[in-house]
Amino acid sequence: MIRTTAKKIYIALIFVFLYAPIATLMVLSFNASRTRAKWGGFTTKWYFSLFENREIMQALWNTLLIAFISSFIAVIIGTVACIAINNMPKRSRAVLMGVTNIPMLNADIVTGISLMLLFISLGFKFGLGTILLAHITFNIPYVILCVMPRMKQISPSTFEAALDLGASPVRAFFKVVFPDIMPGVLSGFLMAFTMSLDDFIITHFTKGAGVDTLSTKIYTEVKKGIKPEMYALSTIIFITVLLLLFLVNKAPKEKS
Amino acid sequence: MNKELINLIDISKAFDGEMVLDELNLNIHENEFLTLLGPSGCGKTTTLRILGGFVTPDKGRVVFDGQDITGMPPNKRQLNTVFQKYALFTHMNIAENIAFGLKIKNKSKNYIDDKIKYALKLVNLEGYEKRMPDSLSGGQQQRIAIARAIVNEPKVLLLDEPLGALDLKLRQDMQYELIRLKNELGITFIYVTHDQEEALSMSDTIVVMNQGYIQQIGTPETIYNEPENAFVADFIGDSNIIDAIMLEDKLVSILGAKFACVDTGFGHNKPVDVVIRPEDVELTKPEDGTISGTVTHLIFKGVHYEMEVTANGFEWLVHSTGMFPVGTQVGIKIDPFNIQIMNKPASEDEEAVGVEE
Amino acid sequence: MKNSKSSQRLLSSPYIAWAVIFIIVPLCMVFYYGLTDKTGAFTFENIAAIMSAEHAKALWLSLGLSLISTVICFFIAYPLAMILANMNVNQHSFIVLIFILPMWMNFLLRTLAWQTLLEKTGVINNVLSFLHLPSLNIINTPYAIVLGMVYNFLPFMVLPLYNSLVKIDPNVINAAKDLGANNVQTFFKITFPLSIPGIISGITMVFIPALTTFVISNLLGGSKILLIGNVIEESFTQAGNWHLGSGLSIVLMIFIIVNMVASAIFDKDGEGSAL
Repeated sequence: MIRTTAKKIYIALIFVFLYAPIATLMVLSFNASRTRAKWGGFTTKWYFSLFENREIMQALWNTLLIAFISSFIAVIIGTVACIAINNMPKRSRAVLMGVTNIPMLNADIVTGISLMLLFISLGFKFGLGTILLAHITFNIPYVILCVMPRMKQISPSTFEAALDLGASPVRAFFKVVFPDIMPGVLSGFLMAFTMSLDDFIITHFTKGAGVDTLSTKIYTEVKKGIKPEMYALSTIIFITVLLLLFLVNKAPKEKS
Repeated sequence: MNKELINLIDISKAFDGEMVLDELNLNIHENEFLTLLGPSGCGKTTTLRILGGFVTPDKGRVVFDGQDITGMPPNKRQLNTVFQKYALFTHMNIAENIAFGLKIKNKSKNYIDDKIKYALKLVNLEGYEKRMPDSLSGGQQQRIAIARAIVNEPKVLLLDEPLGALDLKLRQDMQYELIRLKNELGITFIYVTHDQEEALSMSDTIVVMNQGYIQQIGTPETIYNEPENAFVADFIGDSNIIDAIMLEDKLVSILGAKFACVDTGFGHNKPVDVVIRPEDVELTKPEDGTISGTVTHLIFKGVHYEMEVTANGFEWLVHSTGMFPVGTQVGIKIDPFNIQIMNKPASEDEEAVGVEE
Repeated sequence: MKNSKSSQRLLSSPYIAWAVIFIIVPLCMVFYYGLTDKTGAFTFENIAAIMSAEHAKALWLSLGLSLISTVICFFIAYPLAMILANMNVNQHSFIVLIFILPMWMNFLLRTLAWQTLLEKTGVINNVLSFLHLPSLNIINTPYAIVLGMVYNFLPFMVLPLYNSLVKIDPNVINAAKDLGANNVQTFFKITFPLSIPGIISGITMVFIPALTTFVISNLLGGSKILLIGNVIEESFTQAGNWHLGSGLSIVLMIFIIVNMVASAIFDKDGEGSAL
């Protein structure tokens, strides 16, 4: 009895540790004072002025656009790569998986500067395009990580059975393989989207002047002080995701 | 019979409000090979885990050699378990696996080395000390799991479906192996299985369980030849279980025909179940049988033919070395000794369970 | 057969091309810049630059702080992972709660929020003074950086540990107890050794980002504390000396490679890996 209580307290403490900053930011979003150092009374005005702040809105748009397009492309390349890797001889599979793990295990700063050097020497113009390429690159491993275990579970005979029953390979894939790996593809997409959204370091090195995502915008604001609208926006995003997760979990499960 | 070693007294256990064991009483003797047999969910594994100390009963007592061990943790008990799927320590080699319990007890190195040698010899795996568990076949891992348990010289060895993961041929070999081991060690084996053939071929005593209750305790012969109720009859081997009426002592009416039997004491015109094993149904010319019918199915099974005969509205399952083609008119005759009379189950519920299995 | 081989090549080629262009080639470029000077001539100078007093100090500080953070993460995460592994929690919702959901609040903002919490008159000190405890003045010190590292990278330690612990067959634990081991013996002889792949990958997942961070030190360390990540970042964005930055990155990569090799040895099939 005492042990289970102690365990619960321990878990609770960790969650406080992880969520205290988040709660702080939410509180700050209602702070009438412009500095985060002191409490100037309750206000909701930042939630309105937010939508008139063109810079923040532009950064939000860039962030969501990059996150969506980069995860979408990463999901396509990653899923196709999984099919190919799964059928590869052991040796080449190990090599390719090793290369796949590099962006995940390597330091973000090294990945960031290496891509920056590449884009410079290729003469690319730094902007949304370069950020997008960089994000696709670090998102693909997360997709593969999510899809691969699902892929391994599928017995090759299901695919062969579909061929045997007269389906074309493409049709067989979409009819029997794809539904099975769908949960992996979906969580790969969500993971990639989240990673892209939260990334700062790689974006920092691959963005061009005048193009900002929320992360880089916040970073430039650190020195002069974060605009309270930023807290308001973060709170909105966080609460939205929280509600979505809650709804998804409440929705009847198709199969457990 | 040897002296009693373990007594389970009024043991009840529920998981999430679902009754798994209900007031179970069982006495286990020294040097006995006792098998807990039943379908999945019957409570046999829970009983074993209560003995091992991994589950604490909600009610009741476990007495070991006269001492109450109900609340004793597993590491203090004088019995060892061979787990389903072996549960070997994959990060240790075979010698380290076997030595585990002895090292915990701070035995000397010489003693441990001798014990490892002895145990590996006992399970026919000499020279495997340095191998890792993952490099062994299922059957070999099983032997190591047994060796790891018996070096601790337990008074009782608990075996939880130890042969479940092996293929048929290996399973039969291991059955002989286990009987040999038990005889060499001279200790009590408590064995859990859902495989009736395993139970019949190895045990001194079989405890048939269903839905948390003991259905019958007896030797393999009694359990097979004289099942006490329809569940046991149906679970152990193939059988014809037929509604019948006990007309008087030694005379039963089955499907409207009168058969001589040997049972007495059921009273007059009492509804009963009769069990007739398929190999006990004799097929004759139609005019020689007590009743007659038509062969509807015929399969060659190697040792015998398996047939179905429709007679008096019942599908009789028959095993016979003689072959009767489908469509043949046959007579059915049954030796009085081979008709086993059972009381009807007390409740509908109990019967439903029996039929389902 | 022939058909399937060529179709397999068709399927794998886009990703292989992508990996070569955006993973392999860029890394080669880091090596190229790191091993040449402005004229393009081969030199070890950029790598040797790590020996200079300023850079060496930054590297040692980074190594020290990231090691401390890794150790703290380990000791916080192991009990948590054990509790969660024994609780039959729904793994998916647990990952979301501890790992995914916080990420939707920007990482820079979350780290900055610690400033608010840690300030002289911040929330934590208010609570402490209310309890009549001495106040905590760690903002803009290495302690704050360690806190930021533990905060940001703790989930990366919890998940691999949890994954390796939850895979241990409960009967293996039961078997150890059955053979006479008490709880402490069971932990050190069975549970702990079996969780080593998770420990190694957890250490990697925390140590490398902590070693190479420049953001956490910037946000929580004031601007006075320079870590090796800050030096590299500045040589690219402010000094414009890519050769030096690349050279120092190569030094960092040596640590990363050592760590990756170690985890590859302990975790052959990648089972303990992060998510």
